[in-house]
Amino acid sequence: MNKTWNNKAWFMVLPVLFLVAISAIIPLMTVVNYSVQDTFGNNEFFWAGAEWFEEMLTSDRFWAAMGRNLLFSGIVLLIEIPLGILIALNMPKSGWGVPVCLVLMALPLLIPWNVVGTIWQVFGRVDIGLLGYALREVGVDYNYVSDPFDAWVTVIVMDVWHWTSLVVLLCYAGLVSIPDAYYQAAKIDGASRWAVFRYIQLPKMNRVLLIAVLLRFMDSFMIYTEPFVVTGGGPGNSTTFLSIDLVKMAVGQFDIGPAAAMSIIYFLIILLLSWVFYTVMTNYDAASDGERRDG
Amino acid sequence: MADLTARDSFAGTAAASSASDDATMRRMRRRGGASRLGWLIPTLYILFLMLPIYWLVNMSFKTNAEILGPITFLPAEPTLRNYAVIFTDPSWYKGYINSIIYVVMNTVISVAVALPAAYAFSRYRFLGDKHLFFWLLTNRMAPPAVFALPFFQLYSAFGLIDTHIAVALAHCLFNVPLAVWILEGFMSGVPKEIDETAYIDGYSFPRFFVKIFMPLIASGIGVAAFFCFMFSWVELLIARTLTTTDAKPIAAIMTRTVSASGLDWGVLAAAGVLTIIPGALVIWFVRNYIAKGFALGRV
Repeated sequence: MNKTWNNKAWFMVLPVLFLVAISAIIPLMTVVNYSVQDTFGNNEFFWAGAEWFEEMLTSDRFWAAMGRNLLFSGIVLLIEIPLGILIALNMPKSGWGVPVCLVLMALPLLIPWNVVGTIWQVFGRVDIGLLGYALREVGVDYNYVSDPFDAWVTVIVMDVWHWTSLVVLLCYAGLVSIPDAYYQAAKIDGASRWAVFRYIQLPKMNRVLLIAVLLRFMDSFMIYTEPFVVTGGGPGNSTTFLSIDLVKMAVGQFDIGPAAAMSIIYFLIILLLSWVFYTVMTNYDAASDGERRDG
Repeated sequence: MADLTARDSFAGTAAASSASDDATMRRMRRRGGASRLGWLIPTLYILFLMLPIYWLVNMSFKTNAEILGPITFLPAEPTLRNYAVIFTDPSWYKGYINSIIYVVMNTVISVAVALPAAYAFSRYRFLGDKHLFFWLLTNRMAPPAVFALPFFQLYSAFGLIDTHIAVALAHCLFNVPLAVWILEGFMSGVPKEIDETAYIDGYSFPRFFVKIFMPLIASGIGVAAFFCFMFSWVELLIARTLTTTDAKPIAAIMTRTVSASGLDWGVLAAAGVLTIIPGALVIWFVRNYIAKGFALGRV
């Protein structure tokens, strides 16, 4: 759409600017403030410079949490994206099955995050949970409270349960926008099922898939509530992801300086990812606009 | 059969041939679009989704003795005691009221400020518009854990700790950007000629916006409101940090019960079921927009 240049439009943006500035810029400034200062209580602060940043960037604890988080995000993406595509490809295209599938699949997305944690905490318990009980009956020695591997499996299955539907819904939205003519042409050319997927469906899902990957990566990178409720970061530190570690440090141990430095590093990574997301979005928007104008 | 008639009747009309196309299409879809067992995959997936929820609902109707006893797949003696506890104990049901109060406040504030801003982004270019739009996005993506402690200090400074408005304002951090992005997506779908025609017809801007423009994007407003409601409803970390007793959300009350020594599993399950209900009630109305909402209006 051709937009007219009008700087008065700023007045319409002012309320948003004001509101988000209160809840974003002021807290962020506080964090920056803490990250370069040290305190011994009594509200006395001393300049610490880059000390906390150095401490953070050289601490094993930070890199361990970062490593765990990246591993978690990686596994979750590797499972959720292919699974989401597979389910979306097999969803009904018309009839009563469509709304039923959409509604049932979207349900986990609307459950408060700590309730998701509670559901899985209960579901996985060996004494009262269906999953833990069933696994015990089959003969698997499963206990997410004491075994790090079981804790990881539980947290990952929980995330797959919680968020795969998002990938499914996004892919489905991409699939239904493919005109029938494409399938007809493929049919005439005698294209195989795989060729239809590879050369028609996948390119058309390109954009939504990219959104799905970015959203899932960012959300899994900030995950806090669900694993915290289920495992509390344990056993030991085995499921302590970045956000959990940050809250532990800031609220639990009140190490405000290092926590603030960590927040800033964390935020910069998110900023970089958001920039990728934004570039992707605007490039695609521009491309599709051009397509519309040409066509 | 349809092909035959179309070919035979020499003066086969466009309508007839398109009907035959449809038939071929349908046949082809059935054969090539999805395999015969295609329905199995979504069905199994939905089964997997429903299993933990079924277990929670199942538990909420059991007595604690039965929950802790041998596994039963249906409540042996169904009881409503767990729900009765929640609806009669103020410390429980107040949690729901608190949650609903701040969530509704947040939704109203977010959509109200986002409407004009989204209009500006969708219709005009102005100094720094792209940077501003990007900066909004970064707030939607910001990890709540980073903001929990500074929020606490900020709202303590204003004496707003443990008030509903504090949580409502704090959730604006991610909900206002979300509402702006979603609404901008919907508004860009409305042709600009409509605005111009309205001005030529002598509408003032506010009158045009309320009388003509808002009805046109009514579904967009609904979707934005729904997602603000939802993201405020599911968020816990910030809500818990900013409240102590008077405005404590139900989700936080639940976790407190878990960590207490005497675990009342039945009540916990019933409380969980009750937090799922608001989402389940409205999901039908937004089923076609869920992907759009999560992708910030960009699908």
